[in-house]
Amino acid sequence: MLLRTAWRRTAAAVRAAPGLRSEAPARGLRLRVVDHAPQSAVPSDTATAPEVESVLRPLYMDVQATTPLDPRVLDAMLPYLVNYYGNPHSRTHAYGWESEAAMERARQQVASLIGADPREIIFTSGATESNNIAIKELEAAIQPDTSLVSVMTVNNEIGVKQPIAEIGQICSSRRVYFHTDAAQAVGKIPLDVNDMKIDLMSISGHKIYGPKGVGAIYIRRRPRVRVEALQSGGGQERGMRSGTVPTPLVVGLGAACEVAQQEMEYDHKRISKLAERLTQKIMNSLPDVVMNGDPEHHYPGCINLSFAYVEGESLLMALKDVALSSGSACTSASLEPSYVLRAIGTDEDLAHSSIRFGIGRFTTEEEVDYTVEKCIHHVKRLREMSPLWEMVQDGIDLKSIKWTQH
Amino acid sequence: MAASSRAQVLDLYRAMLRESKHFSAYNYRTYAVRRIRDAFRENKNVKDPVEIQTLVNKAKRDLEIIRRQVRMTRINCDMEFREEI
Repeated sequence: MLLRTAWRRTAAAVRAAPGLRSEAPARGLRLRVVDHAPQSAVPSDTATAPEVESVLRPLYMDVQATTPLDPRVLDAMLPYLVNYYGNPHSRTHAYGWESEAAMERARQQVASLIGADPREIIFTSGATESNNIAIKELEAAIQPDTSLVSVMTVNNEIGVKQPIAEIGQICSSRRVYFHTDAAQAVGKIPLDVNDMKIDLMSISGHKIYGPKGVGAIYIRRRPRVRVEALQSGGGQERGMRSGTVPTPLVVGLGAACEVAQQEMEYDHKRISKLAERLTQKIMNSLPDVVMNGDPEHHYPGCINLSFAYVEGESLLMALKDVALSSGSACTSASLEPSYVLRAIGTDEDLAHSSIRFGIGRFTTEEEVDYTVEKCIHHVKRLREMSPLWEMVQDGIDLKSIKWTQH
Repeated sequence: MAASSRAQVLDLYRAMLRESKHFSAYNYRTYAVRRIRDAFRENKNVKDPVEIQTLVNKAKRDLEIIRRQVRMTRINCDMEFREEI
């Protein structure tokens, strides 16, 4: 109640101040996060009159969970949300024709990014649905000599790049279907379904600065990969995925793919530099920090670090000015350590100490520096409070300790 | 249409930067300014007039996108002040 009143006063004050919004913003990277009701925080980093307190939001460093819309994507989508609202499957009038044209243009944009033919792209509600369609294919076509290999292209927790081309080569020679979930990889690293001999690929819109609620599945035509539809209905999308194709969303996905194709090299270079900066600064200032995942085959924008003797959740809470994650969003409700870290053989205690830093197209050097500074500060502070750390400083080997009496 | 002169390209560059600074979202604003600077810098030695014109046309389209989106995000930031239900 109190918060809302204070908020409205702030709002009135900001509105009353003349010419505010047209000024170039004075704010650098001043951050003040209000602990209560973060969902009602105002993103107000335009110029603010000195007497008005603005409620600011945390820095966004969690791009593996989701990405903001690129302005170019929203610009492409808006006409289809407002004006060109026809059903793309209506064949009898201009509303349908223009909507269909937009859908096919988007299909071409997606296909172009991965070296596919547009006829091989089926729109879905996201990579999860695409994964389910791909896996169901296994049940549909099971024979003694067929099976399906399904591998993530880039892992969402530790950023490791799998040797897709090599796996594709093996699968092709053994006549085994090869599916890859490329949600974190599309538009970020070069992918070609023919060079890499991929038969099925899942694509997600909201991981590449496109809208949420849309994705695509690539299904190879030559040689034909047979897929069974998950949802039946009016036979849209060549019968493989019934349901009206949501034109504004697919236009957004297409635009995101086109922008990604243009920006891939520039983004990759910049993100690599920022990632290097983040890891070097942290590792040079703090001992006992481990980077999880193969450093050589690694997508730079996803950095997973374990800070020994510091509990991951408490570090996340301490870094309240920065939106981060420890482990994937899919499993963040539970307190179990990441299955990915367990799979790569990380010690249980280090797995609990892991934080994932996400660097994306819109991440700035300032944001990286701020995050690094806060991270170093809080790790040091938490270690000071940690009895384990104290023991280590005294030279005690933690593995030699008997924690239980019986 | 006559080929774009150095002055016209510079005008376009300045206009794009000016407009980009009006993005209310920090991440969009910094991205637009940075990307525009880097793109113009990268292409500053292009000599072929056809290529120059293609780049200029794309920049003009991007300027329009920036103009529209600046307004769009500004309007939508205003709505943040609305009371939540």
